[in-house]
Amino acid sequence: MNKKEQQLDLYYQMVLIRRLEERGAELYQAGKIGGFMHLYIGQEAVSTGLIAAREPRDRVITAYRDHGVALNCGMSANEVMAELLGKATGVSKGMGGSMHMADTSKNMWGGHAIVGGHLPIAAGFAIGDQYAGNDNVTICMFGDGATNIGYFHEALNISKTWGLRVLWVCENNQYGMGTTVERASAVTEIRQKAEGYGMKNGQVDGMDVTKVYEAAKEALDFVRKNSQPYLLEVDTYRFRGHSMGDPERYRKAEEVKKWQENDPIGIFNKQLIEKKVASAKALDEIEARAEEDVVKAVEFAEASPEPAMEELYSDIYAD
Amino acid sequence: MAKITIREAISQALMEEMDRDPKVFIMGEEVGVWGGTYAVTKGFYDKYGAARVKDTPIAENAIIGGAIGAAMVGQRPVAELMTINFGFSAMDYIVNQAPKLHYMFGGQFKVPMVIRAVGGGGRQLGATHSQTPDAIFAHFPGLKVVSPGTPEDAKGLLKSAIRSDDPVLFLEHATMYQVRGEVPEGEYTIPIGKSKVQRAGKDVTIVTYCKGLELSMKAAEELSKEGIEVEVVDLRTLRPLDMEPIIESFKKTNRAVVVEEGWKSYGVGSEVVSRIYEQAFDYVDAPIIRVAQKEVPLPYNRTLEQAALPQVADITAAVKEVLK
Repeated sequence: MNKKEQQLDLYYQMVLIRRLEERGAELYQAGKIGGFMHLYIGQEAVSTGLIAAREPRDRVITAYRDHGVALNCGMSANEVMAELLGKATGVSKGMGGSMHMADTSKNMWGGHAIVGGHLPIAAGFAIGDQYAGNDNVTICMFGDGATNIGYFHEALNISKTWGLRVLWVCENNQYGMGTTVERASAVTEIRQKAEGYGMKNGQVDGMDVTKVYEAAKEALDFVRKNSQPYLLEVDTYRFRGHSMGDPERYRKAEEVKKWQENDPIGIFNKQLIEKKVASAKALDEIEARAEEDVVKAVEFAEASPEPAMEELYSDIYAD
Repeated sequence: MAKITIREAISQALMEEMDRDPKVFIMGEEVGVWGGTYAVTKGFYDKYGAARVKDTPIAENAIIGGAIGAAMVGQRPVAELMTINFGFSAMDYIVNQAPKLHYMFGGQFKVPMVIRAVGGGGRQLGATHSQTPDAIFAHFPGLKVVSPGTPEDAKGLLKSAIRSDDPVLFLEHATMYQVRGEVPEGEYTIPIGKSKVQRAGKDVTIVTYCKGLELSMKAAEELSKEGIEVEVVDLRTLRPLDMEPIIESFKKTNRAVVVEEGWKSYGVGSEVVSRIYEQAFDYVDAPIIRVAQKEVPLPYNRTLEQAALPQVADITAAVKEVLK
C-alpha cells in the first residue's frame, strides 16, 4: 500500500467510521435509533485494512458489529445512517437495522446477528463459488467469542476438507461481551484453533491499518492460489462497551485507557505525517470532510421517509 | 399413466431437475457413494459425479448453513437431512436464518434451497429418531413447508420446490417410500401452497396430509362399505396453508375430522380446526375431532409404538363420532 491517494482514502474511511458511530451513539441515546447497536470504535483499522486488500469480486460477510465494514465496502454514510434510523432509504430498507447491513452490489453480504451463525453460510458462499468454478474469496469476519461455538468448528472443518476459498478473520477484541478470552476459550491464541484443522494461519496487530492490509493481502493470495482456507487472527480492542447497553463492569478504566493510547486512527495519523505522505493540515482537512459527510448523512436519514406500511408484508417470499 | 413408488417419484424429480438446470446440486450425509440412506439418490453419484452429489461430514450446521450460502450466491442446492430429527441440530438455519434472509435485508438476498428430510414413526427407531415435528417448522413465516402423500404430488411438488426462489422444507415419511401411485407421463409440476381433494364425498370432511393421507384413504374405503362417504382433503403444503378446498368441502359436509401423525397439542390439526371455526363457524354441525399421536415420546417396542401412532381405526371412530 504505497499510493498516497489510497492511504489518504483509508484514513478518511477510518475517521468516517469513528465520526458516524459517535453521532450514532448520540442518536441512540436520543431514542432515534432502536434495538441493539454495537460500535466498532477502536477496531477501525481491522476492516479498513482488510477490505482494502480484497479484489472487488471477493465476498465479505461479518457479524453484528458491521457499520465499519459496511462503509469500507463502499456503502454510503447516508444509507448506513438511514438504516440505523430504520428509514426506507437504508441499505436494507429499514428492515434490518444496525446489525443487518448488506449491499450485494458492493459484495457485502451482511451483517449477521447470531454469534457464529454466519460462518457456515460463509463456507456456503465458497461452496457456491467452487461449484461455479471461479476463484472468488469469501472474507468472513467474526469475534473471538464466535470461536467457542459449534458453528465455527463445523465451518472450519468443511472449509479445509473441501478446499474452500475462505479467509477466516477473527477479530480478537479480548472480550466476548463481558467475558475475557481466558475465561471462555481453551486456548487464548485463537489462531491455534486453526492448527487442529491443519489450516494455515497467522496473527497481526489490528491497531495498525498498514500491517492489517499487508497480512490480509498475503492471506488472500494464499487462499486464492491454493484453494485453501486461512485463518487470520487480528488483535484489537473495542473502546466502547459491547453494545449501547453495556455497564462495563468487567473491565477497568485504566485498561481501556491503555488501549486508547494505541488508537488506530492516531497511529495511522502519525505514520502518514512521519512518512511525509501528508501534512497534519491535510489530515485535518480529511477529518473535517468526514465530519461534514456525517452531518449530511444525519440530515439525509432524518429527512428520509419511513418504510410504507405495505412493506410489512412484502419480501416474506421471493416467489 | 405410469405407476411408481414415492421413492422413484422423488428420485425422478431430482434427476429431471439436475438434467434441466446445472445450478442444481445435492449435498448431505451419504447421498453420494452410499446412494442415500433411503436409496433415493442411488446411482446419482455415478451419473453426476462428486461435484454435483456432495457427501458431507456429519455436521448439520455445515450442511444447511452451507446450502443457504451456496443458494444466496446463485446456486440451487438440495440439502438432505438424513432425518428431520437431525434437523434440530441445524434449527438455527432452518427456522432462524433461511426464512429471514430475504425479508431482513430488504429483499436483497434470495435463498433458492430445498431441504429434503425424512420423518415419521413406525420403524421402531426409538423416541429421538421417530418424530413428526412438522408443525414446529410450519410456524415460521418465510419458510415453505411441503409434505406430500402420493407419488404424483411428491414428484410435482419437489420439482416446484427446486424451482422456487425461497427456502422449502420438503418432508418425506420413512414408511411411505414404497407407496405406489400413478404419475403423469412427461414433464409436470404441482404448485406449492395448494390443498387438494384426494377423494370426493358428502358426509364428513377429513383434512390431512402425508402419512395421514395414507391412513385416511384406507379409512374412507372402509367407511364407504358402511355407506359413509367422506371427502379427503390433502394439505400437501403446510405453509403457506391453502384453506380454500377445506372450507368449500366443510360448507358441504358441516362435519370434519383432522388427521396428522404428529402430536395433537399445538399441531397442524389445531391450526386447521381453528381456521375452520374462524372462517365457517355458521356451518358447524358437530365439534371437529383431531386424530393425532398420543402425547408420549415414541417407544421402541412395536406394540407400544403402534398404540401411540394414529391408526385407521382411530379415524373411522372419529368420523362416526362427528356423525352422531
